[in-house]
Amino acid sequence: MTTADATADTGSAGLGDAFREWWTNVRSGQLGSLPIIIGLVIIAIVFQSQNDRFLTASNFVNLIVQSAAFATIAMGIVFVLLLGEIDLSVGYVSGVAGVIAAVLLIPDGNELSTPIAVALALGSGIAIGTLHGLIITKIGIPSFVVTLAGLIAWNGVVLLLIGSRGTVVLQNDFLIGLANDFLPESTSWALWLLAVLIFAGIQLNEVRIRRKAELGHDPLSVIALRVGALAVALGAAVYVANEDRGIPYLFLLVGFFLLFWGFVLGRTRFGRYVYAVGGNAEAARRAGINVDRIKIAVFAICSFMAAVGGLVLASRLRSVDTNAGGGSILLYSIAAAVIGGTSLFGGVGHIKSAILGALVIASIDNGLGLLGLGSGEKFVITGGVLLLAVTVDSLSRRAQAQSGRA
Amino acid sequence: MTDTALLELRGVSKHFGAVIALHEVDFRVYPGCVTALVGDNGAGKSTLIKSVAGIYRIDGGEVLYEGQKVHISGPREAADLGIEVVYQDLALADNLDVVQNMFLGREELESLHTLDEIKMEARAQDTLQSLSVTTIRSVRQTVAGLSGGQRQSVAVAKAVMWNSRLVILDEPTAALGVAQTRQVLDLVKRLAEQGLGVVIVSHNLHDIFEVADNITVLRLGQNVAEFKRTEVTQEQVVHAITAGKLSKVPGVVDTTEEVTA
Ligand SMILES: Nc1ncnc2c1ncn2[C@@H]1O[C@H](COP(=O)(O)OP(=O)(O)OP(=O)(O)O)[C@@H](O)[C@H]1O
Ligand SMILES: [Mg+2]
Repeated sequence: MTTADATADTGSAGLGDAFREWWTNVRSGQLGSLPIIIGLVIIAIVFQSQNDRFLTASNFVNLIVQSAAFATIAMGIVFVLLLGEIDLSVGYVSGVAGVIAAVLLIPDGNELSTPIAVALALGSGIAIGTLHGLIITKIGIPSFVVTLAGLIAWNGVVLLLIGSRGTVVLQNDFLIGLANDFLPESTSWALWLLAVLIFAGIQLNEVRIRRKAELGHDPLSVIALRVGALAVALGAAVYVANEDRGIPYLFLLVGFFLLFWGFVLGRTRFGRYVYAVGGNAEAARRAGINVDRIKIAVFAICSFMAAVGGLVLASRLRSVDTNAGGGSILLYSIAAAVIGGTSLFGGVGHIKSAILGALVIASIDNGLGLLGLGSGEKFVITGGVLLLAVTVDSLSRRAQAQSGRA
Repeated sequence: MTDTALLELRGVSKHFGAVIALHEVDFRVYPGCVTALVGDNGAGKSTLIKSVAGIYRIDGGEVLYEGQKVHISGPREAADLGIEVVYQDLALADNLDVVQNMFLGREELESLHTLDEIKMEARAQDTLQSLSVTTIRSVRQTVAGLSGGQRQSVAVAKAVMWNSRLVILDEPTAALGVAQTRQVLDLVKRLAEQGLGVVIVSHNLHDIFEVADNITVLRLGQNVAEFKRTEVTQEQVVHAITAGKLSKVPGVVDTTEEVTA
């Protein structure tokens, strides 16, 4: 079979070849996550040189907790950006969910049980997103307008739900624990081992199947390197966090959603259709894909993730007030998705970009805070970084066009 | 050639607002035959094809498939009937790779309802190889990075991969080089030999005279002529395309001819 002959080379190639191919890709503008990882390193060096509290175990744990809500909400934003749409309402949708959970759990004698209150809060997110999606697809109003209206209206709903209470202090253990509890040391190491083993298993299984089908596969040395890198990176995170309070539960929450949505986007028909609709909606329609249904589902996912983020934010602050969902939440979440490398034009991006982008944003926010700078400086610098990220992206795209890989 | 048509359009009309794209068009495709659909720009060829594919809903007339009246209300139904289309604009998603495009909407699944990439990649590779498409470096390359001709090859491969009974190609060779055009024309003949009905739209009469058994001419959204390839010359077809008598509605004929004259 000639297919096997043609691809056998790729199967037997070594680490050197893999590195050379990667380097060719980088030089032709396919940078992947490289710029953002370099960016994170630069941020770390700059802040550490200014204030040696930046790279401490305690601040590392803070950073995870601070970036979690943005990462969560940004994952939903990645979905809408993949369609080439936008959702401006995620901030106040997160506020609505946070307030619903907080109010339903006020221990005044007729509070709901925790699972029901949480389910209602998250369900409100799904309902809101479905409503947005229905208006966008069935009436045909651009998502920018619909979710701008949502931004205003859901802000109003937050105020109405809070009512005359002003501030609701959380007293529910689960809700408080969400952002304020940490894994025991032994549990975190057990999960580390499990994660590394599962990752290695999946990678090796892939090779086995591709070999059987006589298709090319990554060289084993590259796979070993990948597994090793994951083990070292995760291991370092677990080790450092355990020097302080430990791995936050939020780390698991974000990790879970990263894997789950990564799986949905990469391995299921639904995920494939999201990319297809974002790339060429007409082609998707001609392939028999129900474009409207995909769009509605994506807006529902986006608002659902906003609701999850709303619970995280409420938990971090241990209370909700009339400001719930306001401030920099919306802008930081969208910026995180874009800084992470998701294209605004649809069809290109990965769920992990939400997390990388959120880490950048939270690092800047955190680092500038340590230097005693206020919101003014934070916003100016974050804006500059956003612009820089998009510039790197479009320059790399130009390089791709010139090397014929657009 | 059998007597019952695989696909038959009877008096099919399609309007876009005030524009009459198709006016009471009759069209027949027989299994094992190549039917060419020719006509000037804007004659309504693509509109006719999209009506058959379920992209457009027809405003009048009826469609028969194997003698049965059918309502094709979407691309899925068309595919279920065994109708495959290569669209003039190719309908490929630039951000997806070759395999993903070829299986779009019909992905192979594994037991856990996850995508079976291995199976799809292998089948895509086999199909491309059977069409002698050798210039595509990797089937995991995004379509955006392909040349116009390579894209067209992918679109053609996408259409012939399924066990279809009717393959419709809207200008499938427009962007192809000499060798690839040869491949597509040979493929068209081969599909007909296998008993499929084939419709090919092309402005290249030389190609059409090589592969077609029947030639249907559209002009301004109307039938103006139907020929057997063996009984007609290129000049006659050109004449029908440019000045064919608009015979369907006598009342309209005069005015239209006055306007176009
Ligand atoms: N979606 C649409 N909306 C409005 N008018 C349309 C639409 N599609 C086609 N038309 C009109 O219908 C007529 C027939 O167009 P069609 O695309 O079927 O022509 P064609 O024969 O395929 O031409 P070509 O050789 O240029 O591809 C044209 O007058 C065109 O302007
Ligand atoms: Mg056309």
